Amino acid sequence: MTESQATTSLTQHLRAFDAGAQVVAAAFLGDAPALTLADGAVLLGEPDAAKRIATHPDAAILSAVCDGETLLAGGDDGRVVALRAGGETETIAEEKGRWIDALALRGRNFAWSAGKAVRARDEAGVVKTREAPSSVRGLAFQPKGYRLAATHYNGVTLWFPKVEGAPQVLEWKGAHLDATFSPDGRFLVSSMQENALHGWRLVDARNMRMTGYPGKTRSLSWSHDGNWLATSGAEASVVWPFKDKDGPMGKAPRECGVREARVTRVAFHPRALVLAIGYADGLVLLCRLADAAEILVRRPGGGPVSALAWSGNGSRLLIGLESGEAGLLNLPG
Amino acid sequence: MSDSREAEKIPVTVLTGYLGAGKTTLLNRILSEPHGKRYAVVVNEFGEIGIDNELVIGADEEVFEMNNGCICCTVRGDLIRIIEGLMRRKGKFDAIIVETTGLADPAPVAQTFFVDEDVQKAARLDAVVTVADAKWLSHRLRDAPEAKNQIAFADVIIVNKTDLVSPAELREVEARIRAINPYASLHRARNCDVALADVLERRAFDLDRILDIEPDFLHAEDHDHDHDHGHDHVHEHHGLKHFHDEDMQSVSIRLDGDVDPAKFMPWINRITQEQGVNILRCKGIVAMKDDPKRFVFQGVHMMLDGDSQREWRSDEKRESKVVFIGRNLEEDDIRKGFLACAA
Repeated sequence: MTESQATTSLTQHLRAFDAGAQVVAAAFLGDAPALTLADGAVLLGEPDAAKRIATHPDAAILSAVCDGETLLAGGDDGRVVALRAGGETETIAEEKGRWIDALALRGRNFAWSAGKAVRARDEAGVVKTREAPSSVRGLAFQPKGYRLAATHYNGVTLWFPKVEGAPQVLEWKGAHLDATFSPDGRFLVSSMQENALHGWRLVDARNMRMTGYPGKTRSLSWSHDGNWLATSGAEASVVWPFKDKDGPMGKAPRECGVREARVTRVAFHPRALVLAIGYADGLVLLCRLADAAEILVRRPGGGPVSALAWSGNGSRLLIGLESGEAGLLNLPG
Repeated sequence: MSDSREAEKIPVTVLTGYLGAGKTTLLNRILSEPHGKRYAVVVNEFGEIGIDNELVIGADEEVFEMNNGCICCTVRGDLIRIIEGLMRRKGKFDAIIVETTGLADPAPVAQTFFVDEDVQKAARLDAVVTVADAKWLSHRLRDAPEAKNQIAFADVIIVNKTDLVSPAELREVEARIRAINPYASLHRARNCDVALADVLERRAFDLDRILDIEPDFLHAEDHDHDHDHGHDHVHEHHGLKHFHDEDMQSVSIRLDGDVDPAKFMPWINRITQEQGVNILRCKGIVAMKDDPKRFVFQGVHMMLDGDSQREWRSDEKRESKVVFIGRNLEEDDIRKGFLACAA
């Protein structure tokens, strides 16, 4: 183990730059790094040539999602704005006097929530609305079919926006925050106010409790093969196995990157079982799942890491901090 | 937690009060005075009341039960969401004011600041300010348990509309307030015309400030405690009327000298677990045996927060005092239990 535990470093390949404001989310739009900023703008492009695109002038951005082609950002001005790789923007929705709390994006399907109101827009631009039992904190599209998961107090609602009638509600006591489907669509996992995750096997709505976190889990990332779910909220990234039909039930999770600092963001590499982990002290490292070998990417400093994203081919890692500091790692070779 | 980090936290003032008492008047006064401060205001029934402020957020008063084994542990889910969102505008406002509906229980609001780690990192509860209608409060204390909760919970109470009552009526309503909560600072007002310094930046939940903000703390146990608790039971002495509210009381106990931490810590934990449902607030300053520093604590229902504070001064008498405000408190049990902690 001593060999693999010797921390090697990629810090010389990290290019540090100033994003200019608190980073809400990181993504690659096309090939271009895109940092969504709390102060109402997206910083798009290479660090020395980035353009500040004011998607939400005079407002704060609360939520953002990106699929590589479209970046969707929601603001406290009630606006949902789509940004494309070329820098052009389109206002998708305006909820006057409301906040856009959560977003989901899949192809040309968009979804957003403002308080209890959940809206879904299909390819044709038809918007359907559903009122959740309480404010919605997380949205996710099921990988196949036009179906949306919306988290709320005491459960998650699974809604087919094009289907009339009562949606399915997966009940579990407590307040549910973020939601994510496993890439194969077999499982739905929510993070909870009570420092725990909750999962459902969708075929039979069987419950899965994933507990033991000292803090809230606000970052969830699936491995490229869909077999693992990496999570924040502890002094290591807790990685749950989802390969078997029972998911993580009865199995111990892996722990990656154990340190004396809280993990704030996680992002699995898009092609390898390597996890990028960002901590509350600003440190970022890569951890190989097979042997827990670690490589340092960013030394501590600057406060919590608030955003991490890999480029589509996995050659670059974009890092954003609450302080507005940012970094772009170019993997050598 | 270092002082500087505490100082960076956004102060949050919670405004409570029964319907029509004058919360919105007070809110508008706070916002319109030339204090140079920028407030984020969280209101209910968004859009229905005229508030002239740049940053107004509508809230739903979503009270969530926490599955943490604490039966009275509830938080305001919407407040967690709103404070998280407001942090995206960090630096663009100086303080947050949360206005609750007339029927709201202040406990879930306060508990949010104890329970949620993210809220705790970003913000600190400054004080619960309750606006009371001088003319109608006495009635509301009879027919509205919410009104009683709001008085019992308050750090600052504004007795508003004093111009609508006679001096005798005013004395009576103040005595009724004092019967429930002798520790809040009390201010008379006509059109919520109180000095804003009496309402804002109170630091009422700072352990360091527990004594400084309670002018009546030291006198609380000086009045006779008649255990014949009956509604409207009045007895006069020293020219002051004393009421005893039939279900909401305060219990304050003083113990000369030190307590034994090995006895006190289990006791305070037990009493807040066992009677936490009924205890709305508790506070205390305790002299621990062989400890040069004062131990201070405060709690909301079952949640306790305590710390060693400054050293006892040489001119200060080492004594231990605890105060509980709550509903149907088992006073004898609390009193005996605390006195048995003597070192």
